[in-house]
Amino acid sequence: MRYNEKELQALSRQPAEMAAELGMRGPKKGSGESGPGRDTGSGVPRRLVKLVVNFLFYFRTDEAEPVGALLLERCKVTREEPGTFSISFVEDPERKYHFECSSEEQCQEWMEALRRASYEFMRRSLIFYRNEIRKVTGKDPLEQFGISEEARFQLSGLQA
Amino acid sequence: MKLNERSLAFYATCDAPVDNAGFLYKKGGRHAAYHRRWFVLRGNMLFYFEDAASREPVGVIILEGCTVELVEAAEEFAFAVRFAGTRARTYVLAAESQAAMEGWVKALSRASFDYLRLVVRELEQQLAAVRGAGGPALPLPLPLPLPLPQPLPQPLPQPLSPTPAPPLPRWPTALPPKENGCAVWSTEATFRPGSEPPPPPPRRRASAPHGSLDLAPFARLHECYGQEIRALRGQWLSSRVQP
Repeated sequence: MRYNEKELQALSRQPAEMAAELGMRGPKKGSGESGPGRDTGSGVPRRLVKLVVNFLFYFRTDEAEPVGALLLERCKVTREEPGTFSISFVEDPERKYHFECSSEEQCQEWMEALRRASYEFMRRSLIFYRNEIRKVTGKDPLEQFGISEEARFQLSGLQA
Repeated sequence: MKLNERSLAFYATCDAPVDNAGFLYKKGGRHAAYHRRWFVLRGNMLFYFEDAASREPVGVIILEGCTVELVEAAEEFAFAVRFAGTRARTYVLAAESQAAMEGWVKALSRASFDYLRLVVRELEQQLAAVRGAGGPALPLPLPLPLPLPQPLPQPLPQPLSPTPAPPLPRWPTALPPKENGCAVWSTEATFRPGSEPPPPPPRRRASAPHGSLDLAPFARLHECYGQEIRALRGQWLSSRVQP
């Protein structure tokens, strides 16, 4: 699939919602996509992991360009061993990207942030707030922005 | 750069409603011809397919950080998706009618995650303001008459989640994990999962037997909680039907 890589690279340089050095392991080999990239030595590769909008970028710790990016739509964030979580995607739950954190707190923080990082989650939040405000005030808060008729903000957007 | 292209393709073709879709002509390059492609806008991603029946996109334009403008072009109803940066590409697209062009320009200029986040934060603040952050544990009596709630699976006012309530405006953490979508909860004070059940209404008549409280405040309490819970259940049930 073609994509505008330059723009994705530019996005990876934007200020991050969260960034940290974590241990990262990709899905097992033989399943198509490979993991975080070549590495010397043993142990789990360390990556600078950066959350920008609905993308998770991962860099080798001494490089300016990311090794790769994960679009976080339709993903599932699961706790694994203590201090470790994984990201997988709805269509292939067995292929997991594992992340090792330095503490339980860090692990919890990342899991929360990643669960809320998708566009689709944001959209549901907006629809929820819109309805709640409408319930209390009787007014549609999106009218002030001139976007109350926008297809992407309708309640029908919640149904599969 | 590696990208989870397979997941991208699934996001492009999943069943959820799209934000816009239709045929557009896409200019191949600066001096290239236009190709007619089926475009699907979902979130901040603009996918394009060979045709409407294709199962896999030819490509995707990641829209974050773009501007959308009308352009002077030989092609009618043309517009451009432009990015900042020295070697950034400009995508010139052309719709098949004035109305389609306007629809696309509007949809694409509001497609960024940043824009959505801004609106969500604004609404978050508005909701906190109209409800009064840190309000009373009991719901305020609502001005409109409410229908009595239908029987609920759990007795009121059981906490619906075992975790302690997070402070406003964060979402609760221990919801049934889903694919990156959470059941949408109200985190505001009138319904706080894990908190103590609200105190019973005060007794009116000292001589009454232990069960006979003034029923009016309780009925209203019951209505208010019931309405909240029905709304929450409705939201949760509809968000379980995942895109």
